[in-house]
Amino acid sequence: MDVVLELKGITKRFPGVVANDRVDLDLRRGEIHAVLGENGAGKSTIMKIVSGLYSPDEGTILLEGRPVRFAGPREAITAGIGMVHQHFMLIPVMTVAENIVLGREPARGLALDVRRAREDVRQLSARYGLEIDPDRLVGELSVGLQQRVEILKAFYRGANILILDEPTAMLTPQEARELFRIMRELARSGVSIFFISHKLDEVMEVADRVSVMRQGRRVATLPAAETSPEQLAELMVGRSVLLRVERGEHRPGEPVLAVEGLGRAARGGRAALADISFEVRAGEIFGLAGVEGNGQQELVEVLAGLLKPDRGTVRLGGVDVTGRSPRQLFEMGVAYIPPDRQAEGLVLDLTVAENLALKDYYRAPLARRGLIDVKRLAERARALVVEYDVRPANPAAVARTLSGGNQQKVILGREVSSSPRLLIAAQPTRGLDVGAIEFVHRRLLALRDSGAAVLLSSLELDEILSLADRIGVMYKGRLVAVLDADEATRERVGLLMTGATAAAPAGAGTAAAGAGAEEVRRP
Amino acid sequence: MNGSEIFNAQLWMTALSSATPLALAALGGTFSERTGVVNIAMEGMMLTGAFVAVLASATLHSAFLGLAAAILSGMLMAVLFAWGTIRYKADQVVVGMAINVLAAGLTGYLLNAIYGFTGTPPDTPRLPDVTIPGLAQMPGIGAVLGRADLLVYVMLLLVPLSHYFLFRTPLGLRMRAVGEHPQAADTAGIDVNRLRFLGVLISGALSGMAGAYISIGVLNAFNVNMTNGRGYIALAAMIFGNWKPVGAFLAAALFGLANALAINLQGLEGWHVSKDFVLMIPYALTILALAGIVRRTTPPAADGIPYEPGH
Ligand SMILES: Nc1ncnc2c1ncn2[C@@H]1O[C@H](COP(=O)(O)OP(=O)(O)OP(=O)(O)O)[C@@H](O)[C@H]1O
Ligand SMILES: [Mg+2]
Repeated sequence: MDVVLELKGITKRFPGVVANDRVDLDLRRGEIHAVLGENGAGKSTIMKIVSGLYSPDEGTILLEGRPVRFAGPREAITAGIGMVHQHFMLIPVMTVAENIVLGREPARGLALDVRRAREDVRQLSARYGLEIDPDRLVGELSVGLQQRVEILKAFYRGANILILDEPTAMLTPQEARELFRIMRELARSGVSIFFISHKLDEVMEVADRVSVMRQGRRVATLPAAETSPEQLAELMVGRSVLLRVERGEHRPGEPVLAVEGLGRAARGGRAALADISFEVRAGEIFGLAGVEGNGQQELVEVLAGLLKPDRGTVRLGGVDVTGRSPRQLFEMGVAYIPPDRQAEGLVLDLTVAENLALKDYYRAPLARRGLIDVKRLAERARALVVEYDVRPANPAAVARTLSGGNQQKVILGREVSSSPRLLIAAQPTRGLDVGAIEFVHRRLLALRDSGAAVLLSSLELDEILSLADRIGVMYKGRLVAVLDADEATRERVGLLMTGATAAAPAGAGTAAAGAGAEEVRRP
Repeated sequence: MNGSEIFNAQLWMTALSSATPLALAALGGTFSERTGVVNIAMEGMMLTGAFVAVLASATLHSAFLGLAAAILSGMLMAVLFAWGTIRYKADQVVVGMAINVLAAGLTGYLLNAIYGFTGTPPDTPRLPDVTIPGLAQMPGIGAVLGRADLLVYVMLLLVPLSHYFLFRTPLGLRMRAVGEHPQAADTAGIDVNRLRFLGVLISGALSGMAGAYISIGVLNAFNVNMTNGRGYIALAAMIFGNWKPVGAFLAAALFGLANALAINLQGLEGWHVSKDFVLMIPYALTILALAGIVRRTTPPAADGIPYEPGH
C-alpha cells in the first residue's frame, strides 16, 4: 500500500510543554489509522498540525512524497486534508447546506445558488451514504447528524484524507456503529483516515493500524489484527490498566435521594419527564441508562437544581428540596459533574486553581470577611491537582490550555473533594483515556464505599453495567425499569432502552413495567 | 395647530428626514456587527463625515464631491478603528470610544482653525433634492415620498440591497459566518480578519454618508458636535432591528417618528411641557429599546470577540 501522508520528526512546543516530540507517523491510502494515547499525549496537536491549524516548530510533512507547509487550514483543505474537530466547527443558525458550501459557494450571477447548494449536498450524501436534509438548521440536529455535516463538509472540499478527532465521544452506541460503517465504506473507496479515539474496542473493531502516543512521542505502531486491548492500554499508560474495576459488595444504607412523581413538560428544546419515582441509597451507585434524548439529562438537571420540575418532589435525606438552587443543594451536600465540561463544568479562561474553587470560594476556609484568601486557594489547588493527577500539575495554568481529559479531572477534583452526600455524575468519563477512566471509576466506587450516594448517568452502557448497583432505564421521559445489577444483562438493558418492555420477564424487579411502550403524555 | 393635526404630511416628512442618517449608519453597523465587530465608533465616523462634507463641498464648490469626501473620511476613521480592533485585537468598545473622542476633538478644532467665529461659509453647496416623477403627483404619499433629498432615496434603496447582499450572496454568507463562528469560517478557508475589515469599512462609508446628510443634506453648515449622539441611536436601531437591514430601517423609522413627534408637539397649542423634555423622547426610547427589548434579539454569536486562530 502506498503512503499518502508522512510526518517526519514533528515537534511542537507550547509554553511549558512539548506537545509533540519528534513524531514520525505515516498514513497509507485507503487505511483507517487509529491514534491512541492518554489525555494530553498530543494527539489533537499532531492532527492540528496536519490540518494546518498549527505550524510545527520542527519536522516535515510529506504529502504524496512532496514536502508541504501549510500556512493555515485553507491550504490544508486545498491539499485534500479535511479535519472533523473534537469540538465541531459548525454554525448552528445556518442550514446544513450553508454550512457545507461555506467558503466555496455555488453562485448564480451575484447570488448564492441555493438550489445548486442543496443539490450538491444531496449528491454528496448519496455518494457517501450520509443521509441528511440540506435545509435543516444545524442547531436543530442531533450530535450524530452534526458530525455527518462535518464529514460532508470535508468531502465537499475534495478531501481524500480525513481526520476524525474523537468522533465517537459524543455519539450514542448506535450512532457510533453507523459512523464505523461509513468509515469502512470511505476507506474502501480510497479515502485515508486518521481516527483518534480512547475506546480500545472501537479501535480494534474499525482500524487497520494503530499508533500509540505517550507524552508527545509516538511509542508504537501496530497492525490492529496483531494486538489486544490490554497491550494497547499498557502501551498508552506505561503500566497495566484494569479495563474493568472491581466493585465491592452492595451494602445499601438509608435512602439519600428520594424522587417521587417527578414530571416536567417538554419545552425549550428539552425532553419531557413523566412520573418518575426512585431512590438512591447511601453506599450505592444508581446507574441511569438510556438512549440520548430520553430525559436522562433533564432528570439530572432537575436533581442538580438547574431545571424546575412541574410536579413531584425531590427529597434529600428526608428534607424536601424541590426547586432549590444549585448553591443551596451544594450546601446540603450535593455535587454535580455536568456532561459538557467546556460549556458547564469550567470557566475556560480562569486558572485551574480558580476553577477548583468555583463552588466554595465564598465561604471559609477559602474566604474570610468577604475576601478570598489567595494563598489558601492556591495551597488547596496544589494538593488537588496532585491528588487528582491533573497534568500539567500546575494550578496556575489556564483551564483552556488543558487537554480534555485533564479538564475533566479538574471538575472531578472539585466535586468529589467536597465530600458530598450525593454525587450526580453525568457522562463523567466522556472523552477520557483508559487510565483516566480507571481513575474516575475508582473514585466513584471509593465515594460509594465511604457511604455516599452516587447517581451515574451515562450513555456508555458498559460503564453503567460495571459500576452500578442498581440500574434505572429511561425511555421517552419515563423510568421504565429499575433492575438490580445481577439481573441486568447488556441485552436486557439495551432492549429496555429502545422501549421494548416485552423482553423483561414479568416480576423481575421492573418498576412501572409496561409504561415504556406508551407515549409520554405531553400536557 | 391642534392635536388632530399632528399626523400631517409635514410630520411624516420630518420623520423620514430624521430617520435617514440613523438608517444609513444602522445599515452600516449591521455589516460591521454581522462580521463580529461591535461598532460604537459610528458616532465619530458620522461626525467626521459631517465636517468633511462641508469642508469639501465649500472648498470644491460641489456637494457631490463633499459627499464623496465624507464617505472617504468615514472609511478612513474605519481603517483606524479596524487597525486597533482587528489587527491589534484591542477592546472594540474602548477603541470605538477613542475614535469618538478623537472625531469630536478634531472636528471642533478644525472648525475653529479653518472657519473661526464666522462658522462654515453660507454659500456651501447643498445636496440636491430629487423629485420622483409620477410619485410626486400622487395625493398623500406624494407629499412625503415624491420629493426629498437624494440621500433619502439612496437610503431607501440601500435597505433591500443590504438585505440581498447579506442574506443572498456568497460574500454575505461568509460575513455572517465570520460573525457567528470565526473558527468555523477560518477552517472553511475564509479570511476572518479580511471580512471583518470589509464589514467595518462598509460601516465607515455609510456612517460618513449619514454625516454628510446631516451637514449638507438637511442644511449646508457644520457646527460643533453636530451629530449629537445619533451614532449611538443608530447603534440602538441596529440592535432593535435584530441585526437585520430591514429591521434596522424600521427601528430607525420609529426613532425618526419619535423625533418628528417631539418637534411637532412643541408647536401644539395648550401643551406646556419643556422643550428639552420633549426632545428627550427619542433618547429615552433608545434606552427603553436597549434595556427592555434587547433581550429578545439575538446578536451574532461572536459579536465583539477578537479572533485568535488556533484555539
Ligand atoms: N493552545 C495550547 N496552548 C498551550 N498548551 C496546549 C495548547 N494546546 C495543547 N496544549 C498542551 O499540549 C499537550 C497536548 O495536548 P493535546 O490536546 O494534543 O492532547 P490530546 O492527546 O488530544 O488529549 P485529549 O485526549 O485529552 O484530547 C497538553 O499538555 C496540552 O495541555
Ligand atoms: Mg484531543
